[in-house]
Amino acid sequence: MTRAEPSSGEIASRILAGDERALARLLSALEDGDAWGVESLKSLRAPTAETPSRPQASSHVIGVTGPPGSGKSTLVDKLISAYRGRGERVGVLAVDPSSPFSGGALLGDRIRMQGSPREGRAADPGLFIRSLASRGRLGGLSRASAAMARALEAAGYGLILVETVGIGQSEVDIARLADTVVLVAMPSAGDDIQTIKAGVMEIGDIFVVNKADREGADRAVRELRSALGLSRSALELRASAVPRSAPEDRPLYAAHPAPAPRSPDDDLAPVLKTTASTGEGVSELVTAIDARRERLIASGEFDARRRRGAMAEARFLLSSLVLEELESLEGGLEEELAGRMVRGEVEAAEAAALLFDSIRKGGKRA
Amino acid sequence: MNRKIRVLVAKPGLDGHDRGAKVVARALRDAGMEVIYTGLRQSPDQIVQAAIQEDVDVVALSILSGAHMTLFPRVTELLAEKGASDILVLGGGVIPEDDVPFLKSKGVRAIFGPGTPTQATIDFIETNVAAR
Repeated sequence: MTRAEPSSGEIASRILAGDERALARLLSALEDGDAWGVESLKSLRAPTAETPSRPQASSHVIGVTGPPGSGKSTLVDKLISAYRGRGERVGVLAVDPSSPFSGGALLGDRIRMQGSPREGRAADPGLFIRSLASRGRLGGLSRASAAMARALEAAGYGLILVETVGIGQSEVDIARLADTVVLVAMPSAGDDIQTIKAGVMEIGDIFVVNKADREGADRAVRELRSALGLSRSALELRASAVPRSAPEDRPLYAAHPAPAPRSPDDDLAPVLKTTASTGEGVSELVTAIDARRERLIASGEFDARRRRGAMAEARFLLSSLVLEELESLEGGLEEELAGRMVRGEVEAAEAAALLFDSIRKGGKRA
Repeated sequence: MNRKIRVLVAKPGLDGHDRGAKVVARALRDAGMEVIYTGLRQSPDQIVQAAIQEDVDVVALSILSGAHMTLFPRVTELLAEKGASDILVLGGGVIPEDDVPFLKSKGVRAIFGPGTPTQATIDFIETNVAAR
């Protein structure tokens, strides 16, 4: 399918003039990996006469994550109302999974982002919601989410909410994209927090026990607080035992740098109770989000975190480049190695090293 | 490069029945499309804003209440106002044969009534989006 490609300067000026369609087209181009998308995003972010020096952090990117059914979309809806009520322009990226079989997706987050069921939310020029399919990427986001968030920021949306795919136990990509991660849990039937496991626990900057009108909410809050206390002392222990930049500090299989441990002078992450369906507790959540942003900026952590996120994104894209390069290798090295691995002649680690070598030599046999 | 057909499935007006819309949404997903479903009782303004923000190729409207003669043309009108009449608008639901010519004259590209095989809708979308 071909569509006319506007020039990058033209699309940028249309977006800055408030043309939603131009912004939507740019988001699609980024999502589809079209070359003009990258060029247009660059010219959109370039300094202009009106904004000669674009402030480094003119936005706050908030990741909302948690297990399926915990009420993320409904909570996002309430956050939209709160921030729109203050006059801030709000951008939303809502990610749902793609089907691994058909490649299609059914994106339903918008259903719960319509304002109150009685009045609904009228078409609002200060609100831009975009649904994204994960398109095969694991980790709760899609490949271009970070670039799409930057496009919303440059288009003047000061508050950007990124809702991930309902996560399980290890999807932590959102910590590299968002300035602040709100982790949404709910009261559980069991006597332990099964829904939030190690790994996911560490990425939360603000914890929310949603559906707090249900039985067990207070217990869930207590358990979260105590789990946070424990993981914090573990981090402190690790921080004192190993220099922070030591490679041992990184998870063995992680493709990206690990998020830095919470600095010891940080307070424990707040644990709040909300009932998103009624709006109870949402203003406390907003206060916590705002306070967190101020603290991040005051300590310089805001910029540091964005730099870490930028590097993680580049590394992620680098790994896709390497895989693409691998696919263009000729000579059936992969098939040959696969056969030898199955027969027990080559170990996976050796096969990886051989493939890497072959890529480095420009596709020639190692 | 990796472009997928994106479709907004929307229920304008006040009827509360979206079984048909959901069946179509699922069939389109299974045909490899990205389908955005926005739920019941949407105003034409909301539908058009969603269609533009989501950068869809197709808006599929479903109505069972009988208000299609007002609401379908309102959607095509608003799309035109936003310079987005290249987005394909399709209608479904209980639409009398006699109303179809009027709706088509207002820019609704096709009407798929009860009993339409979902494959017919899929084929129509694939053919017409490719020709856009």
